Amino acid sequence: MAVSGALLVLFLFAHAAGNLKIFVGETDFDHYAEWLRDLGTPLLPHGWFLWLQRIGLLAGIGLHIWAATALTIRAKKARPVKYAHRPKIQGSYAARTMRWGGVIIVLFVIYHILDLTTGTFNPAGGDVDPSARVIAGFAPDRWYVTLFYTLAVVSVGFHLRHGIWSAFRTLGQQTTKGERRAKAVALVLSVVLVAMYLSVPFAVLTGLVG
Amino acid sequence: MVANEFWAEGEPVVDKAAPDGPVETRWERRKFSAKLVNPANRRKLTVIVVGTGLAGGSAAATLAEAGYRVKSYCYQDSPRRAHSIAAQGGINAAKNYRNDGDSVYRLFYDTVKGGDFRARESNVYRLAQVSVNIIDQCVAQGVPFAREYGGLLDNRSFGGTQVSRTFYARGQTGQQLLLGAYQAMERQIGLGNIEMNARHEMLELIIVDGKARGIVVRDMVTGEITTEFADAVVLASGGYGNVFFLSTNAKGCNVTASWRAHRKGALFANPCYTQIHPTCIPESGSHQSKLTLMSESLRNDGRVWVPKRAEDCQKPAGEIAEEDRDYYLERIYPSFGNLVPRDIASRAAKNVCDEGRGVGPGGLGVYLDFADAIKRLGRKAVEAKYGNLFEMYERITGEDPYETPMRIYPAVHYTMGGLWVDYDLQSTIEGLFVVGEANFSDHGANRLGASALMQGLADGYFVLPNTISNYLANGPFPAVSETDAPVVEARKEVEDRIAKFLSIDGDRTVDSFHRELGQIMWEYCGMERTEEGLTKAIGLIRALKEEFWTRVKVPGKGEELNQNLEKAGRVADFLELGELMCIDALHRRESCGGHFRAESQTSDGEALRHDDEFGYAAAWEYFGADGKPTLHKEDLNFEYVHPSTRSYK
Amino acid sequence: MDIKVRVWRQSGPTAGGKMVTYDVKGISPDASFLEMIDVLNETLILNGDDPIAFDHDCREGICGACSMVINGVAHGPEKATTTCQLHMRKFKDGDVIDVEPWRAAAFPVIKDLVVDRSAFDKIIQAGGYITAPTGTAPDAHAAPVPKKDADAAFEAATCIGCGACVAACPNGSSMLFTAAKIAHLGLMPQGQPERDSRVIDMLQAQDDAGFGGCTNAGECTTVCPKGIPLSLIGRLNSDYRKAISKR
Repeated sequence: MAVSGALLVLFLFAHAAGNLKIFVGETDFDHYAEWLRDLGTPLLPHGWFLWLQRIGLLAGIGLHIWAATALTIRAKKARPVKYAHRPKIQGSYAARTMRWGGVIIVLFVIYHILDLTTGTFNPAGGDVDPSARVIAGFAPDRWYVTLFYTLAVVSVGFHLRHGIWSAFRTLGQQTTKGERRAKAVALVLSVVLVAMYLSVPFAVLTGLVG
Repeated sequence: MVANEFWAEGEPVVDKAAPDGPVETRWERRKFSAKLVNPANRRKLTVIVVGTGLAGGSAAATLAEAGYRVKSYCYQDSPRRAHSIAAQGGINAAKNYRNDGDSVYRLFYDTVKGGDFRARESNVYRLAQVSVNIIDQCVAQGVPFAREYGGLLDNRSFGGTQVSRTFYARGQTGQQLLLGAYQAMERQIGLGNIEMNARHEMLELIIVDGKARGIVVRDMVTGEITTEFADAVVLASGGYGNVFFLSTNAKGCNVTASWRAHRKGALFANPCYTQIHPTCIPESGSHQSKLTLMSESLRNDGRVWVPKRAEDCQKPAGEIAEEDRDYYLERIYPSFGNLVPRDIASRAAKNVCDEGRGVGPGGLGVYLDFADAIKRLGRKAVEAKYGNLFEMYERITGEDPYETPMRIYPAVHYTMGGLWVDYDLQSTIEGLFVVGEANFSDHGANRLGASALMQGLADGYFVLPNTISNYLANGPFPAVSETDAPVVEARKEVEDRIAKFLSIDGDRTVDSFHRELGQIMWEYCGMERTEEGLTKAIGLIRALKEEFWTRVKVPGKGEELNQNLEKAGRVADFLELGELMCIDALHRRESCGGHFRAESQTSDGEALRHDDEFGYAAAWEYFGADGKPTLHKEDLNFEYVHPSTRSYK
Repeated sequence: MDIKVRVWRQSGPTAGGKMVTYDVKGISPDASFLEMIDVLNETLILNGDDPIAFDHDCREGICGACSMVINGVAHGPEKATTTCQLHMRKFKDGDVIDVEPWRAAAFPVIKDLVVDRSAFDKIIQAGGYITAPTGTAPDAHAAPVPKKDADAAFEAATCIGCGACVAACPNGSSMLFTAAKIAHLGLMPQGQPERDSRVIDMLQAQDDAGFGGCTNAGECTTVCPKGIPLSLIGRLNSDYRKAISKR
């Protein structure tokens, strides 16, 4: 979980950094999208690098989900009879919502791809520039989409807050000082990431971009 | 008092295994003279060990390491839960790491004197000798003893001694030592050298051709009764303080294993020697199920007092003016003050409560006040020293000891008596060995602080493994079969007894009988005993025993987990033991250690021994539930430490 | 005070179970939780009912026998406290209190609130020891241990093996128990020779016993009566990684 999770966190940051290009200008954003496809040329044909990335990413997600499923199955087996009095959450809320949080995030990612990558759910469709899709997708009259994105991104934040700290622990973090640091790093990274991701739809919503 | 309506007197009992000559070399010589078992033959020999505390756990691990086949039994769900785990203070060893004049001889001297000259010199000397090896052994196992900044072991001093020889692990020394023994044992279980049977209770001893050859056990989960055979049986089943119902013992601690052996012929020595610990949390009501010990170390800084006038007892402590308080220990014992030995502090508390000056519910408590210490050292310093104890007190009583003084009262803590054993730790039944608190051998009439852990581990790690070989060298003994008459009989006794418990179907619970027995014992065979009281108690116990066998109600079946059935068997044995304790206390018309007879005291109320008349260990032989127990005396000779009077004024 | 308790009743290992409600009247706030059950049991016996079976022994918080999940929390509402040291004054008159056994496949119910925790012994058997046969030990001062390490080892060694960590863990994992023993022994110089094999073998035994996997949820440490810290799991993971890389 820790290793695949770390891969995914790296991706999330790269993705967020790219998103911010929209503040530089719509054309820059479109160029960035194009550059992603151009990367690796002429060694690789156009678009191949992106597909390699996508395959790597899918493998990361697959591993992450596989590990999570295995742990969940083990957990179910380890407690065949449930408590009649539902246990109170005593540790952190983020820790106890990892599983359902993960499922919600997967569903969101599917929607997200259909919305902004393929354009299936996007009012502007898949045939326009990526920046146009973004601007059409988060248009003010589609506030509910922004709301949905917000909730999803916040849940990613929660997932990361426990996930990043937990990854440190799984990889052997053990001192009190280190724990404080790991918790701080997890919190800062999650907040920064959430802020980076939310800045784009809100900028569109408020008309800052568009 | 000579033999009378309560008991008969028989031949003296003699320890034939004890070597004579200089005390310093007795153990070496005994080890050398003891027969050995060839390593190849050891795996043909089976030893049953009942109990997995410090003595039983260390014995089982060591015997298994040596190559014997060991079968181990405990009533708890895991050997790690034996009650040794609750010992707080520490373990003595004559390491002299402090260079403060300690030595094997001094530990020997202190222990004989602390035992009020009622222990065997040979045994105590050996205990002091091997104490040194125990610490080495435990450190090698990874026991996390307290250490100083230089990385070496820390020591503290304990009551009754003038040197620092107590090794400790915070307030959980017993836990850490037991886990060391437990882990050594689990390793042997994993290797297949020990067959561990947790949740199994020994209910009878099997004797074939005069030798202990096995036990009858009940699987406490399924209720199945089985017979288990071996070449020797070791009892490490602990003390019998629970005869008082309320004690600091674990709820499950019982005398059944020892008592069953006693009924089959093993002598029971000095049953009346009971250690009553002065600093326990008092009873809070009729629901009380056990008492909790507060470390004795509290008396280093706490001052013990009660109101001078009985009418002040209901007032909150804070409203009683300084001049109306009686710091009675400081008043009566100016030189030792609040640090007098356990027995003296306990009796003094009882006396002031008997005068009607006790505090708290039922007037059974005295104050242990830290106000002066907090003023002198500051709250922080007191917190650093006793914080965890204060928390525990608050958790149990709901009172904050930083604000209001603690209330304490004495409680039964340890029993010095037990099955009689010789120098080899063998009882009067051949092949039956007894180790730890279950035997009587090392503490005399009073045990010093931090000596119980020392004795348990000495017996289990170092003494028994060396002496049992002398017996096992004659084995393997002829195979025993399920159909042998003594086996069939022992099994039937167990089955009949269980059937009897279940069939009475009376109108009183087992606990109600146990509680009543405890009240009788505490009242008449507790901190102060009189001829009149003990005679009365014997009558009361006999009547209670009769009532028990006609009115007890044990619910459920035998073939299931049945905690009340377990309790019934234990209480039935406690009823018989209680009577013997009173008889022993009645016959010993002197005061010594944990036995105070009101008729035998000095003009200022201190214990008065009669060495000429009672300088012996009293070993009792069983003669039927209604027969008279027979006294066998073992004369105690003091060649090195000459009896003197203890004085703490 | 008068309360109601809803207790898990199960007559045997293979029987089904259910929550049964009992009234307990006039219980003293100074009674411990187990004493409250004692009082209830006395009534049940005299009424001809089967008393509630529960594990308990020392009743002073150190043996680790007592094991009740009270209102969904292992050992009940008070922090760093075993069931036996929990007192009724922590509840209110009229409360309805749910009492259940530890629930884990590795801790099957024997009867009512009594479970079989021998899986913990199996984990220790696999490597939770230092091999030091009696009589082979060097002098205790032969290997000094820095006070910091000795103190940390002691803290880890205070685990009482009650199993509350497993009972509370959403995954039914015994990681905190195992980690405490790994830390205790791994912090002592005497524990170094077996350090690598210990962590591998104990983790294997833990998996074999049917405990769940650890996801660092942290519920274990909040219910642990001895406050064993979650950081010890990080230590175990680090030991495991090193041990595996040496293979």
